[in-house]
Amino acid sequence: MRRLLPADDTVSPPLSRERWRDRGYHEAWERALTLGPQTVIEWVTAAGLTGRGGAAFPTGQKWASVAQSADPVKYVVMNADESELGTFKDRALLTRDPWGALAGLAIAAFAVGAHEAYVYLRGEYADVERLLEEALALAPWAEAGSYPLAVRLIRGAGAYIAGEETALLNSIEGRRPEPRVKPPFPTARGLWGHPTVIQNVETLANVAVLLAHDVAWFRAVGTEAAPGTKLMAVSGHVARPGVYEIPMGLPLWTLLTAPEYAGGIGGSGRLRAVLLGGAAGTFLTADECRAARLDNLALQPFGASLGSGAVMVFDDTVEIRQVVRQVAGFFAEESCGQCVPCRIGTRRLLEQLSASTLDIERLRDLGGAMRDASICGLGQTAPQALLSYLDRPSLWPRTSKEEECHA
Amino acid sequence: MRDTVSLTIDGVPVSVPQGTTLRAAAEAVGHEVPTLCWHENLAPANACRACVVEVEGSRALVAACSRVAEPGMVVHTRSPRVERARRVVAELLASAVDISLAPTVAALVEETQSEPERWEGARTAPPVRDDNGLYVRDYAKCILCYRCVEACGAEAQNTFAISVAGRGFDAHIDAGWDRAMPESDCVFCGNCVAVCPTGALMDRTEWTLRQEGRWDEAAIHTTDTVCGYCGVGCALTLHVLDNRIVKVTSPDDHPVTHGMLCVKGRYAYQYVQAEESGDGPLV
Repeated sequence: MRRLLPADDTVSPPLSRERWRDRGYHEAWERALTLGPQTVIEWVTAAGLTGRGGAAFPTGQKWASVAQSADPVKYVVMNADESELGTFKDRALLTRDPWGALAGLAIAAFAVGAHEAYVYLRGEYADVERLLEEALALAPWAEAGSYPLAVRLIRGAGAYIAGEETALLNSIEGRRPEPRVKPPFPTARGLWGHPTVIQNVETLANVAVLLAHDVAWFRAVGTEAAPGTKLMAVSGHVARPGVYEIPMGLPLWTLLTAPEYAGGIGGSGRLRAVLLGGAAGTFLTADECRAARLDNLALQPFGASLGSGAVMVFDDTVEIRQVVRQVAGFFAEESCGQCVPCRIGTRRLLEQLSASTLDIERLRDLGGAMRDASICGLGQTAPQALLSYLDRPSLWPRTSKEEECHA
Repeated sequence: MRDTVSLTIDGVPVSVPQGTTLRAAAEAVGHEVPTLCWHENLAPANACRACVVEVEGSRALVAACSRVAEPGMVVHTRSPRVERARRVVAELLASAVDISLAPTVAALVEETQSEPERWEGARTAPPVRDDNGLYVRDYAKCILCYRCVEACGAEAQNTFAISVAGRGFDAHIDAGWDRAMPESDCVFCGNCVAVCPTGALMDRTEWTLRQEGRWDEAAIHTTDTVCGYCGVGCALTLHVLDNRIVKVTSPDDHPVTHGMLCVKGRYAYQYVQAEESGDGPLV
């Protein structure tokens, strides 16, 4: 299933004008300008497009609230600060088909009435940065239409937290990337206090392919509640790690084993667990992996969500408890330090998980408080992988001695 | 009424003026929410999370210090989730920071029946920064409430000499590249000291007297006066111990100062008690 990722037989170079036309983005942009802002937002709403960054917020609703604002100054921001563990789908998308997300960005700006847009790129993506600089210099949308739009590229400086949308806005403003309190949401008070649409790279690429076709085409794939496709970044013990585009609702097992996707469990060949959604994701046991379908509604019974689209696969030689500890180390490193539950909590989680015995009740207490009381999504989801591990005793160490550790 | 908002707090219906925070609304029904970082004259930092309350329909708990009351909100200030969060916040702070001079944190630990010993681990223990004549910084006592940053910045002084640096557990207050205060942009107004709730920032006189075991809170009496340095009319509260001024503050509710002073009003009080300069005009 290829919509966002160009087909293998695409011959035009990624940054060429031919590609802009081949992929239908020229038509999409022209169509947006013809339809007008109101109708574009109606299309996006009718398509049932939701944010692909992890929160899955309805895109049309976000745009409508910014478009309705009386503030004459509005902004649109592409969140390309892809930093979630095991997540590399935005990098693949921007490398293989940079025009898609940029066309989506231009369409979003037009739809909400913004004349300034920003691309906030993960600092480590130097190759993508060069590509985007070139793309912004070409700016094919500036030729085709009369809509004035300035797009600026901002490079992050190596902080995971800057991917949180309000921290990202602070970073663009030259401030320390600490999350802001919500409400007010960025749609009401965003960049420099003005209404702002922030979208993930993949969401914007979806906008471009939607406008290149129509709502019925868009909804023809995926599920009723989650139409369209999703990029999944599969890593770890599979035959063919990589970025795969799937129809929403695809069985996870198909993604892991089908020859057109990851091609089977690698390593020992015996699956132990999948960490779905990134460091802030949920562990699924091998049995759950055979039962789960990849859309947020279907994942609810597992306490899981697609999150960033990361699928980290571990065979049965991997001690999941060590993975949990590594994840805790990641969050202790990346917490911004603003609020107490996350600043001290991430450190305490790491310390507790480094001890020889785990006090489950205590860990649940801390995890629950972090999830409930942290300011932003980082602190709220930092204990997520741990809590899902505690809920699944089959992932705990198997020797009797180690089982005692969890008692 | 158009300008009021009706909501329910712990089952008690209440109407408050539009723009009222949940903290103030809860106070109005007598269900006070504990706060650590909140300060009446500063923008809420939302950092300590001691004031979180449960709002029905909201996935996470919300900070009562900054969340504004909305019509029909159903708020719980003492639900099990709230109580767990508050207890863990108190435990985490007490497990990492020296709270011996932080009465609000100590009270929260007490109130929530916290067991900080559950979280024995790394502590914030940087050495005392004693680098200027007017105040001493002991960041082992800092809970990162952001009050000093706010007071130094847009909320009062507009000097922006200090900020949070580092991240995670290593986040700390910094004057830029770890500089000593005299090398920084600091103007020594001491407003950071005035708003510090934990004794991490302390006037030198108090610091010295405490070191010498001579600081006696009970023996201090206060006298209100008006600053004589210029025509602004800042109210001063002189804290006097053994007939010596040992600290100068300004009332938080004073319409001119809102508790903030300049370097002269706060620190230039030695002349009042200088024995050798009382013989006549020095001209």
